Amino acid sequence: MSARDDILARVRAAVINDGAHLGDAVAEQAPVSRGYRTTGEHSPGSAEAIEILVDRLVDYRAIVHRAATTADLARTVGELLADARSVVVPPALPAAWTSALTAGTAVVHDSRDDRRTAAELDQVDAVLTASRLAVADTGTIVLDGADDQGRRAITLVPDLHVCVVRTEHVVHTLPEAVTILAAHPTRPQTWISGPSATSDIELSRVEGVHGPRTLHVILLG
Amino acid sequence: MSTFLGFPTRRGAKTLPDDGAHPGAPGTSAGPGWADDVPHPEAPLRWGATFPEAAKQALGNTQLRRNLAHATSTIRAKRAAVVGEVPDWEELRDAGSTIKAHVMSDLPRLLEELERNVTARGGVVHWARDAAEANQIVTDLVKATGETEVVKVKSMVTQEIGLNEALAEEGIAAFETDLAELIVQLADDMPSHILVPAIHRNRSEIREIFLERMGDAPPDLTDAPRELAMAARAHLRRKFLSAKVAISGANFAVADTGTLAVVESEGNGRMCLTLPETLITVMGIEKLIPTYQDLEVFMALLPRSSTGERMNPYTSLWTGVTPGDGPQEFHLVLLDNGRSKALADDVGRAALHCIRCSACLNVCPVYERVGGHAYGSVYPGPIGAVLTPQLTGSTGRSDPNNSLPYASTLCGACYDVCPVKIDIPSLLVHLRAREVDQDRGRPTAWGAAMKAASFVMARPGRFELAEKAGGVTRVLGGSKGRITSLPFPGSKWTDARDLPVLPKQSFREWWADEHAATETDPRGERRSSEAPDGGGSPSADRTDTETTGDAR
Repeated sequence: MSARDDILARVRAAVINDGAHLGDAVAEQAPVSRGYRTTGEHSPGSAEAIEILVDRLVDYRAIVHRAATTADLARTVGELLADARSVVVPPALPAAWTSALTAGTAVVHDSRDDRRTAAELDQVDAVLTASRLAVADTGTIVLDGADDQGRRAITLVPDLHVCVVRTEHVVHTLPEAVTILAAHPTRPQTWISGPSATSDIELSRVEGVHGPRTLHVILLG
Repeated sequence: MSTFLGFPTRRGAKTLPDDGAHPGAPGTSAGPGWADDVPHPEAPLRWGATFPEAAKQALGNTQLRRNLAHATSTIRAKRAAVVGEVPDWEELRDAGSTIKAHVMSDLPRLLEELERNVTARGGVVHWARDAAEANQIVTDLVKATGETEVVKVKSMVTQEIGLNEALAEEGIAAFETDLAELIVQLADDMPSHILVPAIHRNRSEIREIFLERMGDAPPDLTDAPRELAMAARAHLRRKFLSAKVAISGANFAVADTGTLAVVESEGNGRMCLTLPETLITVMGIEKLIPTYQDLEVFMALLPRSSTGERMNPYTSLWTGVTPGDGPQEFHLVLLDNGRSKALADDVGRAALHCIRCSACLNVCPVYERVGGHAYGSVYPGPIGAVLTPQLTGSTGRSDPNNSLPYASTLCGACYDVCPVKIDIPSLLVHLRAREVDQDRGRPTAWGAAMKAASFVMARPGRFELAEKAGGVTRVLGGSKGRITSLPFPGSKWTDARDLPVLPKQSFREWWADEHAATETDPRGERRSSEAPDGGGSPSADRTDTETTGDAR
C-alpha cells in the first residue's frame, strides 16, 4: 500500500467507527461558531478607518504620508526617493507616480515576463508599488501580485519600500479584507505589517532584519 | 511508571547518545560565553531524562531562570495588551475551536481536497508515514536538484523529524535562517520554545555565540539586539540571494484553494519562499483549515497569541506555482508521524487542534522555571506535555515521556490563553488517569499507602492508635513545628515540601471533650456508644481545647 493510501486509511479509521462518522457527532455537538464581527463599525475608506490604520502603522514603525491627489503623490515619491540611485517598479504602476523623480534616480522595470535576478534587485535602492488593500485594525497592507504590485521578489530585496494605499481600499476589520481577497485566493499574497522585525532576542521587538528595513506608506485619496 | 504523591517514580531513564556534528556549527563543544548545550538527540520527541530529573537540573541554572523570567514576562504583557483590544476575542476563540474540531472530524476528505487543489496549481504532493519517510522524500528531492545547500524557514515539523541531521548525513547542509533558529544551530543546541527556539539565551550569550561560531561576525559586535539582528542580516544575505532550494513548514493549508500560509517576522520566510527555484514544504496532516475565508479567524488568533502583535510583519500565502513569480517547482510533503494514531484518541485529537502559537508556554509557571529542554521534546510546555506522548505513543513503563503529563500544576492558565481553547489541564488529568489505571493491580507505593490507610480507617480503635502515633511527628518536627526531612518513602514528600506536625489533640478528641462538657443531648451519647473504641477523654478542660484549635 502506498504511503498516501495507508495514511488516508488510518485517518479514516480514526474518524469512522462502525459506520459512525465523527463528523456527524461534531456537527451536532459543536457546530462551527461564527459569532465574531465580520464587519467593522467604520466603513471602507472612512476617516475613522484611516485614523486607526495610521495609528497602527506608526506603532509598528512604518512612516506614513498623505497625498490628496496624484500630483501630491508624485511629489512625495520624488522627495522620499531623492537619495535613491534606483527604484524598481512593477509593470502596471501608474506612470504619473514616478513623474517627479529626480534625474539621479533610475527606474528599473520588472515583470513576470522580464524578471530582474535577486542579485540585480540587491543593487536596487528602493521599490515603489501599489497595494490590494489595507486592514485598519491590524495595520496590515496586502499585496496580491497584480500588475501594479508586481512579483514578490521586488518588494523583498530592496531595502526601502514605498507602498501606496488608496484610501478607498482601507477596510476596518480582517474579515472584510479576507472577503475581498477571497475573490482571487490563488494569487501569491504578501501581508505586510510594518517593516521587517524580530522578537527573537529576549522577546523584545527590533525593526529591520531581512526584509526592507524602511517602509513608507503613502495614503492616496 | 507509577506515581507517588503526584510525582512519577520511575528513575534511570537512558540518555540518548549524541549524534555528533551539526551542519553550520564548526564545533560541538560549548563556547566560552555560554553553557548548557543540549546535544542533538536521535529522537527529537524523546530525549534526556524524565521530566522531574531534567527539571531539577534546569532549576539549578540561575541564568536560564533569569532569561526565561524576563522573556516570558515581556511576552505575557504584550499578549494581554493586544488581546484586550479585541472586543470579540472569545467569539474568535470559539470559532477557532469549532473549526478545528470540524477539521479533525473531516480530515480524510479535507486532505484529499487539499491534494487535488495543490496538484491542480502545479504543486507535487508527497505523503510520509513517519520521520524516516519524510526525510527520505526531502533528501531525494534536494538531490534531484543537484544542490548541496538548502535554506530553511523555521519549522517545528522539520525539527520533529530531525530533517537537518538527516540531510547532513547525505551531504546536504541546511542553513536555518530564522534568527532564533540560527542561534540554536550555531550553538549546536536544541530549541527550547515553539516560537522562539533560543528563548533560553540572553543577548550577551547570543553575542558570544555569534562571535565564536558565525565566522563573519564583526569583531566589535556589541550585545545590542539591533546590532545582533544586523549581524544576522549580513551573515545570511548572500545565502538568500544564491539559494536554489528552500525548505519550509506551514502554519496553515487551505483545503478549498490549496493555499499554503507561512507567518513570520523577519523576512527570512519571504526570502526562502520567494527567491529559490525549488520550494519543499513539510507539514503535519493536522494543519488544515477548510476554507480560505477561515483565515480571518486564524490570522486574528495566531499573531496576537504568539508574538503579542496585532499582526506579524510578514505573512506569505501561495498556491502551487505562480508562473514567473517565486519558485517554479513546489513540493508539499504531508506528514503523519503519529498523528493518525493521535486522531483516533479523544485526548490526542484535542491536542491536534494546536496551531503552535506558544501562548501556553509563556504563561506556564512550570515552563517559566524549568525551560523547554526539561521536557525532552521539540514540543515543550503545556501543549508539549500533551502532544509529545500522543505523537510518540508510550514505549512502555520506562518511557521518559510518561512523566510529561505530570509537568504541570494544573493551574489552568494555558487553557485561558489558548486561542483554539484546548483544555490542556483536563487532557493532562486524563493522561495521568490512564497512567494510574495501567498500574492498577500492580504493587505500587501509592497502592500500599492506600491499603494501609484503609486498614487503619476501617476501625475507630485503629484510627485512634494511629492518631496517638502521630505524636511521633511532633518529636521529628522539633520546635519548628515542621518536618523537613524524612527517610524513604517519606522523602518523596519532604524532598519537595515540608510536612507540618500533627497537632497535640486530634479533632476527634476535641469533639469528644467539647460535647462531653457542653451537651446532654442523648444523640451525643448514642454516637459515642456507636463508636465504643473511639471516645476521647471526657475530662479535658477548655484551655487545652483552645490550644489545639491553633493549627500552626
